Amino acid sequence: MDWTIWLEWFLKGLILCLILLTGFAYLTLYERRALARIQIRVGPNRAGPQGLLQPIADAVKLIFKEELTPGKVYRVVFLLAPVLTVVPSLILAAVIPLGTSFTLFGREITLYVADLNVGVLYLTSIASIAVYGIVLAGWSSNNKYAMLGGIRSSAQMISYELSLGLCFVIAIIMGNSMNLNEIVNAQKDVWFAVIQPAGALVFLIVTLAEVNRAPFDMPEAEQELTAGYHAEYSGMKFALFFMAEYQKMIVISMIAATLFFGGYREFWFMTDWFGGIFSVDRFWFLGPIYLMLKVVVLLFFMIWVRATWPRIRYDRLMAFGWKVLLPLSLILAFITAVGILLTDLLGNPLIIWGVPVLSIICALVAVAFIYRDLRRKSHGRV
Amino acid sequence: MNSDLIVFLVLSLVAIATALGMLFSRNAVYSALFLVLNFVTVAIFYLLLGAPFIAMSQITVYAGAIMVLFLFVIMLLGAENLAPTSDLPWQKPLARLLSVILVVETIYLLFSRARTDLVVTAPDASLNTMESLREMAMELFSSYLLPFEITSILLLVAMVGAIVLSRREKGEK
Repeated sequence: MDWTIWLEWFLKGLILCLILLTGFAYLTLYERRALARIQIRVGPNRAGPQGLLQPIADAVKLIFKEELTPGKVYRVVFLLAPVLTVVPSLILAAVIPLGTSFTLFGREITLYVADLNVGVLYLTSIASIAVYGIVLAGWSSNNKYAMLGGIRSSAQMISYELSLGLCFVIAIIMGNSMNLNEIVNAQKDVWFAVIQPAGALVFLIVTLAEVNRAPFDMPEAEQELTAGYHAEYSGMKFALFFMAEYQKMIVISMIAATLFFGGYREFWFMTDWFGGIFSVDRFWFLGPIYLMLKVVVLLFFMIWVRATWPRIRYDRLMAFGWKVLLPLSLILAFITAVGILLTDLLGNPLIIWGVPVLSIICALVAVAFIYRDLRRKSHGRV
Repeated sequence: MNSDLIVFLVLSLVAIATALGMLFSRNAVYSALFLVLNFVTVAIFYLLLGAPFIAMSQITVYAGAIMVLFLFVIMLLGAENLAPTSDLPWQKPLARLLSVILVVETIYLLFSRARTDLVVTAPDASLNTMESLREMAMELFSSYLLPFEITSILLLVAMVGAIVLSRREKGEK
């Protein structure tokens, strides 16, 4: 094997890590400013113009903070847990295509680190590994509240992983491949979010639960659990958990964009505008820009949800995952599969539009069930 | 000596070490973690053999889902440090006897069946494409449809059983 290939892999991995780390730093600022704006405050605006140097100030503060290791922790696991949380969040991005490819020094450089034919499965397997960091942090802290946070998070992530997997299945069926590149290319004509809007919505809800964001941030629940699994962590070790959460937000937005919102591609109707100057096929550098714009919009969605919705109660969280989202995503996967099969069999391309109609009807039925369930009468004390 | 062989040897050392670590850990959580590492090494073995689908499923199902549930139960019951019990006095000698028999059988088979003319080669790396995944699915849903369906019914039965066992009877507090 040529050494330049190793160099290319190394550099691409390094650049991806740097993108994610910078993205994490500025996502914290983005979130704080956006939250402040929604709550009619100003937010951090002192360090640098518009507060742009705030992440650096935060980093310096966290590095010089005193780092405590409580006396009765399980030391090895206690030190391992933050690492186990950060690493999956970094390597998760390896299979996501950031764009097409360009030519440099006579060789074609593709804009992804790895082109796995089982890319979607890679995502599920790394996502399932990511639970360990949180569970072990909770256990090794030897603290009741941290432990409760860890147990809550493992139960929550396992429950929501089922719906997440089914949403992956929807995208796989529509893209007819497990390779993320091919899934993106299959969205050339129309985004999957148009054909399967309810599936995209379920995916967004489930990812909120997977990254432990509000309103599903039960593992942290400041009021009841004093910050949950990372209660005993301080200084840089705490910063690692913080970093993992925000990197996961970025990566999961990238995954959502790739699976349902056309990945690095432009809007499907923009391909022919002005002789195709907006098309990724013409200019490769538009790919990463489009992907970044989509990620920023999806991140704003997450921040918006956090700013406006209260945390839901734990039993309702589990009921929502098992009794609403799981059946709904099963039905959506079924509708998608049948719709595509019928389109192929009957040869009428209009049949595919039955999929969005039926899936929206299913989503409305699910909402009606939630509404009925949330009525005060059904939750009265017995 | 090619790189695959080196990777294989290192991985097999890791696999054996983690298996031993799982057996001899005093703490149930450490045992579970060693088992997770073991599953991951097995997954990398599958990757070496050119079977990425099985490798990823191994990690998702065993290392991801099942072992997290194990950890969950261990933590929930607070069963990390169980005192060694001696309720079954005959168990230890029996286990030793059985393991000796197993080792002797393995060694016997290894030496009696070992042939020099039989060279085991890894599957062709060209199988390592999307096509093979598609073919696998085709096989699974055509030739092996009955075993597949039976497995799913088995899982369904297990699920119903768990629900029945954990269900509260009417009038029961």
